[in-house]
Amino acid sequence: MKIHEYQAKEILRQYGVPTPSGSVCFSVDEAIAVAQQLGGSAWVVKAQIHAGGRGQGGGVKVANSVQDVGTHAGKILGMQLVTHQTNADGQLVRRLLIEEGVQIAKEYYVGMVIDRSKQCVVLIASSEGGMEIEAVATHSPEKIHKVWINPSSGLIDAEVDAVARQIGIPDAALAQARACLHGLYRAFVEKDVMLAEINPLVLTVDQNLLALDAKINFDSNALFRHPEIVALRDLDEENPAEVEASKFDLSYISLDGNIGCLVNGAGLAMATMDIIKLYGGMPANFLDVGGGASKEKVTEAFKLMLRNPNLRAILVNIFGGIMKCDVIAEGVVAAAREVHLKVPLVVRLEGTNVDLGKKILAESGLPIISAGDMADAAAKVVAAAKGE
Amino acid sequence: MSILINKDTKVMTQGMTGKVGQFHTLHCKNYANGANCFVAGVTPGKAGQSYEGIPIFNSVMEASAQTGATVSVIYVPPPYAAAAIDEAVEAGLELVICITEGIPVHDMLRTRYKMQGKKTLLIGPNCPGLITPDEIKIGIMPGHIHRKGRIGVVSRSGTLTYEAVWQLTELGFGQSSCVGIGGDPINGMKHLSIMKLFNDDPETDAVVMVGEIGGSDEEECARWIKSNMQKPVVGFIAGITAPPGKRMGHAGAIISGGQGGAEDKLAVMEECGIHITRNPAEMGKMMKHILKV
Repeated sequence: MKIHEYQAKEILRQYGVPTPSGSVCFSVDEAIAVAQQLGGSAWVVKAQIHAGGRGQGGGVKVANSVQDVGTHAGKILGMQLVTHQTNADGQLVRRLLIEEGVQIAKEYYVGMVIDRSKQCVVLIASSEGGMEIEAVATHSPEKIHKVWINPSSGLIDAEVDAVARQIGIPDAALAQARACLHGLYRAFVEKDVMLAEINPLVLTVDQNLLALDAKINFDSNALFRHPEIVALRDLDEENPAEVEASKFDLSYISLDGNIGCLVNGAGLAMATMDIIKLYGGMPANFLDVGGGASKEKVTEAFKLMLRNPNLRAILVNIFGGIMKCDVIAEGVVAAAREVHLKVPLVVRLEGTNVDLGKKILAESGLPIISAGDMADAAAKVVAAAKGE
Repeated sequence: MSILINKDTKVMTQGMTGKVGQFHTLHCKNYANGANCFVAGVTPGKAGQSYEGIPIFNSVMEASAQTGATVSVIYVPPPYAAAAIDEAVEAGLELVICITEGIPVHDMLRTRYKMQGKKTLLIGPNCPGLITPDEIKIGIMPGHIHRKGRIGVVSRSGTLTYEAVWQLTELGFGQSSCVGIGGDPINGMKHLSIMKLFNDDPETDAVVMVGEIGGSDEEECARWIKSNMQKPVVGFIAGITAPPGKRMGHAGAIISGGQGGAEDKLAVMEECGIHITRNPAEMGKMMKHILKV
């Protein structure tokens, strides 16, 4: 689960990581009021959307007067902000972060992720702050420093000091570096974080370290023990179809193609998308109905796919194990009737009670195209989507 | 022979009094030699009860001591599943298979750390389990699609594993053992450790390796195969069409930081001598092609 920059900074502050003073705003008036309250002579107006690359898209502006704050806020609020992480239409800006301006002497990168191979949290630090860490890793791998953190002892001072020196944090700021990195690690563990980045972490001209930008992604599987994190969820930032799907415990992701797929199991769902492409089509979505798909779930899955105006055909690919083919066939027939399905439907069933399942489809009177195996199913659905 | 489990394996179910645990324990008990294999259940506070003739104990230690079970299968709900693994490890079991999906990653990090230096092997979590056809099935896979034979199957997926198994069975290739290692980012045995077991198993002639986007397990396994594997391997990676940054159902199936993409994995696998196919409908055909039968 993703959150906004201002929310991530709020969490970091709770763990003793210093950030610039600022506040979230939803209107120009609020932005002006916050700027006046903050005082000073420079402010930063930052669009709050979940995607990165906001500055390059025109979503981050420096203002040198309160009036400028208002002007920038007026332009950014309500804009469709396009970045390399949004789609071509961009993301509507509904929230702003107004912060005090900071005089920067040096920028660093610090981040934490889970190292899957070493099975521990890894701290990643670099002297190249303010840039995408993937780009630094590609062009200057020697500037990336890593500390694999022992889950038992946690991050220790000696490790923090060493990595801080490696990335060029002056000794005078080492105590602050410790506060930042220990705070980041505690937040990472206690809040069930999957990815945390402070980019850049800046050294101000008066030798203070501040988290100038922050990003935190949480483990969705751990939200049951973090109601305070769930409260930060901003549904406006998520794909409406994906939000709807999550209500029915369906795993759904929108894609650019025109062939809907409904599959049981994540691996088979990906493989189904792949084979559609291999046969010359493009999948409209990833959709895993899971192991216990009921008639209701299948109906909701059909409704989700049909929200997509580009949809030209649907492929249902079920390998019945625990889920019996006759049950899924009844669900498919009921769903097709309920949604008055107009696009061609190809169904491939295999596994437990397959003959019964095929019989139900055949006797339904619906124009369902039956497929023998995955290759047959892919060929048929690609042809159907082309109107052949 | 087979890997990890056979008809003589003694198994306990952790979380056997729940609906899911009962359903699958019954199916496993009814498969091949299951009635002799599934000897105990564990649910704290329910000692003395039984399910389908299988006695229930309060702890793994007690169940193991009373029945001789050395393997555990876990259906405990996600908030408590990592603790259930910890208990099985503490009790010194040989193998733990965790079916549970949705365990917090940080729980698994702590559990894997505690497992260091311990003898217990872990399969999963978020996996279908493993099966040695006509001998024993531990997990949620449909038993009837399998057939006894000499092909090993290792996969991160559930239903995609069934698909691979079904293609093999349809073409007349039985399986020695089939292992679903699970779709989570932090798990127990990986492709590599299973591949080594298949390489050493005299009754396995070839292996189907099914991977997916995310992480670098497939690459690590491929590099080992290049210099060590003495048997042919057929490989498929799911997720060529998956967009970066999106979690494709499985918590571990995500392309992040420019890593874990399907094309990169396939390229490494091909370079290491694995017979890759990009068509998930042709895993079985590829095996038939290379074995030239």
